[in-house]
Amino acid sequence: MEWASWSEFWSMGGRGFFVWSAFGVTAACVLAEALLLRRSARLSRRRLARLQRWDAAPEGADS
Amino acid sequence: MNLYHYASPTTFYRLAGRVVPWAAWTAGILAACGLYIGFFVAPTDFQQGEAYRIIFIHVPAAWMGMLIYLAMAFWGAIGLAFNARLAFIMMRALAPTGALLTFVALWTGAVWGKPMWGTWWVWDARLTSTLVLLFLYLGTLALWSAIEDTRRSDRAGALLTLIGVVNVPIILFSVVWWNTLHQGSSIGVTHAPRMATVMMAGVLTMTLAAWAYAIAVVLARARRLVLERERKTEWVQKILVQEA
Repeated sequence: MEWASWSEFWSMGGRGFFVWSAFGVTAACVLAEALLLRRSARLSRRRLARLQRWDAAPEGADS
Repeated sequence: MNLYHYASPTTFYRLAGRVVPWAAWTAGILAACGLYIGFFVAPTDFQQGEAYRIIFIHVPAAWMGMLIYLAMAFWGAIGLAFNARLAFIMMRALAPTGALLTFVALWTGAVWGKPMWGTWWVWDARLTSTLVLLFLYLGTLALWSAIEDTRRSDRAGALLTLIGVVNVPIILFSVVWWNTLHQGSSIGVTHAPRMATVMMAGVLTMTLAAWAYAIAVVLARARRLVLERERKTEWVQKILVQEA
């Protein structure tokens, strides 16, 4: 183990700001991509299902 | 083995659906292992102190940024040559993730550069060509959204990517061809690694995690694109009814 205490771990030898902003921004980017992807997949399916119902509806009918 | 079988959107959709959760879990586990090695096993660097730990994401992200661009160019070439629908879908699915990882490489490079070089950014060949890579990704994404007709849009994006691919060897060899502030490669095929074994283990584990992550998100995005493009076909109609 490299670290004597947690506070030493978080300070990263005085370079905490640089190290944690690198890892923090990366984590935020990766999580955001995964969540946005899941959301857009759900919205896209809902839209496709609606289009399908619309296509299947008889001419002139409201759906 | 019949390759056409795997090129059919139906087979691809089902197969990719099975791969995505596995790849996502693999990415999570490998990232946890890689971060553990990076923060708790790897020692402090004798020159760079603790800030060197940024390389555990910087190097994998930079590698993936280039690799994904090469993959895009590959699918673009296949798409143009064989007019394969799935190839263009793969291309579109790759681009946002490639752009994101290239951005991550630039960002982590900047926050590493500030304590090490004393500057966030220099216009040296390595940094500039990587910025060009990010702009190539963004340009391709913009081109796709600007052209309404799917076929023309696909082809224009593939052409742009194939032209832009010359930038990848420029990034790779920039540290050899020019005198850059960015250091030369520590890991390569022509020489023994110039890096401690534990540190290299951390970098390689994080690289595998990045691979698994890219596979998961790219296939998930490709599945959505397949459904959208094939929405009039019987098999997609069936899936939509099942899920409604």
